[in-house]
Amino acid sequence: MENISPNNSRRAFLKITSLTGGGMMIGFSWLANLIPNEALAEIAAPKEWVELTGFIKITADNDITIFCPNPEFGTNVMTSLPMMVAEELEADWKKIKVEMGDYDTPRFKSQFTGGSRAMNMAWVPLRTAGATARMLLLQAAANEWNVSVSELTANNSNVSHKASNKSVTYGALAAAAAKLPKPEKVSLKKISDFTLLGTPQKNVVGKNIVSGNPLFTLDYKQEGMLIAMVIHPPAFGMKLKSFDGTVAKKMAGIQDVFEIQVYKDGYTRAGFDTRAFNNLVAVVGKTTWEVINARKKVVVEWEPMATYTESVAGRGGKKMETIPGGLESTDEHLAQMNEMQKKPGKILRKDGDPEAAFAKAKKILERTYSAPFLSHNPMEPISCVAHITDEKAFFVAPIQIPEMMKQNIIANLDIPAEKIEMKLARMGGGFGRRAYGHYIIEAGLISKKVKAPVKLIYTREDDMTNGIYRPTYMVSFKAAIDENNQVTALHIKGGGIPENSIHENRFPAGAIENYMAEGWDIPSNITIGAFRAPRSNFIASAEQSFLDELAETIGKDPIDFRIELLQKAKTKPVGKNNEYDAARYIGVLELVKQKSNWSQSNNKNRGVAAYFCHSSYAAHVVEVSIKDGQPQVENVVTAMDCGFVVNPEGAKNMVEGAVVDGIGNALYGGMRFEKGVPMQKNLNQYRIIRHKETPKKIDVHFVQNTIDPTGLGEPPFPPVFAAVANALYKATGKRLYNQPYLKELTKS
Amino acid sequence: MAKYKLKVNGKMMEAEVDPTTPVLWVLRDHLNLVGTKYGCGVGSCGACTIHLNGKAMKSCQLPVAAVAAQEITTIEGLSESGEHPVQKAWLSLDVAQCGYCQTGQIMAASALLKSKPHPTDEEIETAMNGNICRCGTYVRIKQAIQSAAKNAHQ
Repeated sequence: MENISPNNSRRAFLKITSLTGGGMMIGFSWLANLIPNEALAEIAAPKEWVELTGFIKITADNDITIFCPNPEFGTNVMTSLPMMVAEELEADWKKIKVEMGDYDTPRFKSQFTGGSRAMNMAWVPLRTAGATARMLLLQAAANEWNVSVSELTANNSNVSHKASNKSVTYGALAAAAAKLPKPEKVSLKKISDFTLLGTPQKNVVGKNIVSGNPLFTLDYKQEGMLIAMVIHPPAFGMKLKSFDGTVAKKMAGIQDVFEIQVYKDGYTRAGFDTRAFNNLVAVVGKTTWEVINARKKVVVEWEPMATYTESVAGRGGKKMETIPGGLESTDEHLAQMNEMQKKPGKILRKDGDPEAAFAKAKKILERTYSAPFLSHNPMEPISCVAHITDEKAFFVAPIQIPEMMKQNIIANLDIPAEKIEMKLARMGGGFGRRAYGHYIIEAGLISKKVKAPVKLIYTREDDMTNGIYRPTYMVSFKAAIDENNQVTALHIKGGGIPENSIHENRFPAGAIENYMAEGWDIPSNITIGAFRAPRSNFIASAEQSFLDELAETIGKDPIDFRIELLQKAKTKPVGKNNEYDAARYIGVLELVKQKSNWSQSNNKNRGVAAYFCHSSYAAHVVEVSIKDGQPQVENVVTAMDCGFVVNPEGAKNMVEGAVVDGIGNALYGGMRFEKGVPMQKNLNQYRIIRHKETPKKIDVHFVQNTIDPTGLGEPPFPPVFAAVANALYKATGKRLYNQPYLKELTKS
Repeated sequence: MAKYKLKVNGKMMEAEVDPTTPVLWVLRDHLNLVGTKYGCGVGSCGACTIHLNGKAMKSCQLPVAAVAAQEITTIEGLSESGEHPVQKAWLSLDVAQCGYCQTGQIMAASALLKSKPHPTDEEIETAMNGNICRCGTYVRIKQAIQSAAKNAHQ
């Protein structure tokens, strides 16, 4: 048993209250007042920014509800997080009810799903909550029967006393337990004693999903609710000049047409307050179809947006950010990035003497890689319900980080914190898009104006042309090879629009004596945001493609070559701040090698890639075929190390999905811009992987260990791209450097 | 505006809407059947799949005026309480991630099994190719369809 004090610095307080009708409710909150403001702006927050809320509710009838504290967009936190509570509570999982907790600012502070951090952040706090409740229930039984707690057993939502053959339900004890003082210390179970965690459990929302029950923001209805849509400029670099809604306003069902300004002048944006267009035309009416038709009749004039400067709060405090005016195009972007590659960048890391090593090299291999902007395209388009009255501000908010949105609501809607009520609706996918909640402010402004509950709906076109894309990137990898076919130096240089693409402390940094990483960025008015493993999803594709070509150049097996480099990083690491654990990295490579029968196969049509990001390790072996000139991924073998696997069923599903998503984005994904206009506007123009292009089999394996669990939303995704490219090279003899790969592959 | 009498899930329902209104929005906004989802509005994602006279149909492309006496089935009417063999297979294979597209997938799959009780993998891929899942649950969807086909005929 691991002894945990509920009162230590990571666990601020426990609140125990009696329920009317007998029963108890345990609320908990951690680090309530310890969140540094600047840390809020970053997903990759320090580990000590651990803050989860939720509660256990036990009724006298022994109905146990566990509230999921974190928003759900499909990573199955609603199952895996309550499992942590139930394990320590010794509750009967089959009878547990799970509900999504509402956002409750004064009591619970932050609730956050993102950066693949939910599992790791919840691991100790949620088990502590379950264990605390268990101890209170045991104490209540001990008091009742006048025996010592050590004589009692908690199991299956019951407490029993073996000596007297007595047994009582948690429900019968709950009222008494709620009146007890909270324990000074609680004990957590050993992993070897787990009976629920580590066993495959089905999605607790499954039945509601397959039955089509209302779960999503778009499904939400309330009396008197109106439908709203917003019209934004047709091009990045344009803004609203004027509009005429006279005709639209006269149309059936239409209530009003008006302008909204999303963020106030002078507002200091936080990290997730990105929006491309600050002035919008809102169209409000009774039904969706009426609003869709009316918006077409609004006459809008646009004008060029001038370069402007705004303040942004980020790591290290406030800074001014300049957004350039002008209409940008994809071809120009590529030319600009190529130009930047010729100039010196900002040196991000330097080990040894790379210049000397390159001067002495017998052979130099240099390759440049690029990738386009990507659109998240969650299946449920952006939406939000808002009802702003004098008494309260009610939202149904499909948002990853409601805590950050609260600050935005306070500032831009002039609503005090205590009046804000947010329901955290299940989200129809996110992939990073729902960290950016400008739509919550938009819905709030519209509700304020029309004085009614409003459901803001983005059409698919609105969603895809509104920005917050994965940036476009470029990077070159250059290796020096000596006369013994040893890699003596590596030089990585790259950037992106509008953000740098380099992770300078990632592998192979630490494994190569002479190393340099340089970065640059080009400002843009096309807005970007986190996209499933930000930056990693590109840099992994380049790095892992380059390592494949490098291995071939020096005549080594691609898996053995990686392991050889990692052995160096493990035994004699070069430089400081290497971000990865070389032993665990080797672990996934060895596992994928074994499970794919790599050594026994001629590996015709097969490619490999591995990556570490967001605290977990992934390796894939991908097999492809070419049918009628079109690439098809036939099967995939995956090895993951995410520490202890909390729910193997959900974990496998996540990895399978990330593999499919990776194949799709690698082969087909991409936004193009011409004079600021997004050329892809809907799913008939933006290709997303479908049934026919999906591999027949995805074989997922986990490294078995007892390390604290880490996430799976992001880590399996980045190495898929290079595994596909490396396999396509084996199948076609053509190396691929520019995404989407299908375009480069089929280019004559 | 006109009044339409529609047979939905075996019941007669009425909606007063513009004749061009897609069935998707009649179901969602007027008949309170929100299991049919909006994803793209151009018939490219399949989230809005319903059955029209037992055949899979994208409801965002179907104007209410074109329905007349044809029978509409939505996910809410596929079974009494989520007990259709396809729904059961979905649960037993734990298919869903975010879940948004799954009702459309289930409607497409159940229509397929009605016309082809023992589809090959290729027939499944062809029939289901109009239904996008951004979470990438396709492998499980295919397994669930095969499993439903097997269980329905045991």
